[in-house]
Amino acid sequence: MNTSVNIAGVTLNNPVMTASGTFGSGMEYSQFVDLSRLGAVVTKGVAIVPWEGNPVPRIAETASGMLNAIGLQNPGLDTFIERDIPFLQKYDTKIIVNVCGHTTKEYVTAVERLNEQPVDLLEINISCPNVKKGGITFGKDPKAVEKITSTLKEVSKIPLIMKLSPNCADISEMAKAAESGGADAISLINTLTGMKIDINKRTFALANKTGGLSGPAIKPVALRMVYEAAHSVNIPVIGMGGISSAEDAIEFILAGATAVSIGTANFMNPNVTIEVIEGIEKYLKENNINDISDIRGIVE
Amino acid sequence: MTEKYYETAIIIRQEELLPGINSMWIKTDKIAEVAKAGQFLNLYCKDKSRILPRPISICEIDKSDMAIRLVYRVIGEGTDEFSKLHTGDTIKVTGPLGNGFPIKQKHAIIIGGGIGIPPMLELAKTFPGEKDIVLGYSNELFLDGEFEKYGNVHIATVSGIYGTKGNVLDSIKENAISGDIIYACGPMPMLKAIKEYAESEEINIQCWLSLEERMACGIGACLGCMTKSKNKDAHTQVNNKRICTEGPVFLSKEVVM
Repeated sequence: MNTSVNIAGVTLNNPVMTASGTFGSGMEYSQFVDLSRLGAVVTKGVAIVPWEGNPVPRIAETASGMLNAIGLQNPGLDTFIERDIPFLQKYDTKIIVNVCGHTTKEYVTAVERLNEQPVDLLEINISCPNVKKGGITFGKDPKAVEKITSTLKEVSKIPLIMKLSPNCADISEMAKAAESGGADAISLINTLTGMKIDINKRTFALANKTGGLSGPAIKPVALRMVYEAAHSVNIPVIGMGGISSAEDAIEFILAGATAVSIGTANFMNPNVTIEVIEGIEKYLKENNINDISDIRGIVE
Repeated sequence: MTEKYYETAIIIRQEELLPGINSMWIKTDKIAEVAKAGQFLNLYCKDKSRILPRPISICEIDKSDMAIRLVYRVIGEGTDEFSKLHTGDTIKVTGPLGNGFPIKQKHAIIIGGGIGIPPMLELAKTFPGEKDIVLGYSNELFLDGEFEKYGNVHIATVSGIYGTKGNVLDSIKENAISGDIIYACGPMPMLKAIKEYAESEEINIQCWLSLEERMACGIGACLGCMTKSKNKDAHTQVNNKRICTEGPVFLSKEVVM
């Protein structure tokens, strides 16, 4: 049985990776999960210098989901390169670094520095809804997506995954824009912008007022968008959004995803990534499927 | 980093101490063996529409029985679900989380306010030095009797029906309580006042505060639960510390509240 998948020439042992921002750089979850079992670890977004992020509260639970407005707090590339990359190198997994920036120049500088690092893929965050500069401002329309993609492709020696936002009019157009900009793969969906109000305090639940909705509540939306994106482009699609079981992951693969990311579900169960990997293996075995690519996108 | 475990715990017994305040003993596999005062557990709901674990402080540890006691306020749907668990039921838990109270051989003033009182019980029980215990309530008392065997207990109530009328600092002043170190857990206004008191020129004693904030992962990955810190934090590289990991107990002078 073959569960390996290929993304831009990089072979992952299985299609299960972590979703950026939910798993740190793997250090904390390595107490629960053997990181070598994962197809890849996608790190928390990192910028050229440390970012403070937003005021608290940054987290609010909603029905079958949660809102977050972390604001891309990160320790900056110096610390990340010195501490987090060597940590991940100890494991037999692929390293995917999520990159964020306030300006095009900051993205370019970050990519140039990471060119010299032992990382397998870069995921470019052009979809964070919780920062005033950067994030979604680079991903809000197809032209902006194509421009930042082509700019970063010119400087990057590492294959690029562009991470797309669901907060758009037409996800197919966004996917095509990333592809025509030269993206090696796309990942989606980032969180949906949402809000919660505390009726007793009569204030917003999050200090940032709005936050990104994630968790099982968004899965049907994510699945639909992954299906639409996968049918619009020829580059691999990494599907995510509310995946918390092997069944969920298989739905995304049937819809056309080459790989899947587990995000918020890590908070629901620190072992979930391993359970999803084992569940996919069981499904393939029970259904006599020899290669996971045999079921990719077969639901037309 | 202390070992953390994701386990299925078994409810030993549960009772209501006051309307809306429950005490639940759970049997763990390994958590109780390594847990210490001031740490907390993540409790997971069975209802999958409530996706985030509830961080609840450890009230008591019984290592011989591998048991942990949690005293918590029933404040929302998640804690309401926990309050309906009976002897023999199971619950998924992760722990022990956070750093706990650092134990110093000194005369301690142990202060708890409201639902910040439970984590002080295990500290009062295990703290080796002399101790004065100051407990602040809005009205009705809970756990106060259980503290009595571990030190001199002083009560403050907002209404004044028991002990000092006012807050825990009013009780400290009224009873002329002094010590070399403060440990405190309670609502943010109380902790701010204690920080100011402990750091004032005339008092100037070491003070450890247990903080809380909305959390998602509880283990330091998501960066949801931050407190502002005086100095740049080694992990985050900014003036933010993770309450779940570098805390929940902080030296008062390290944090900006």
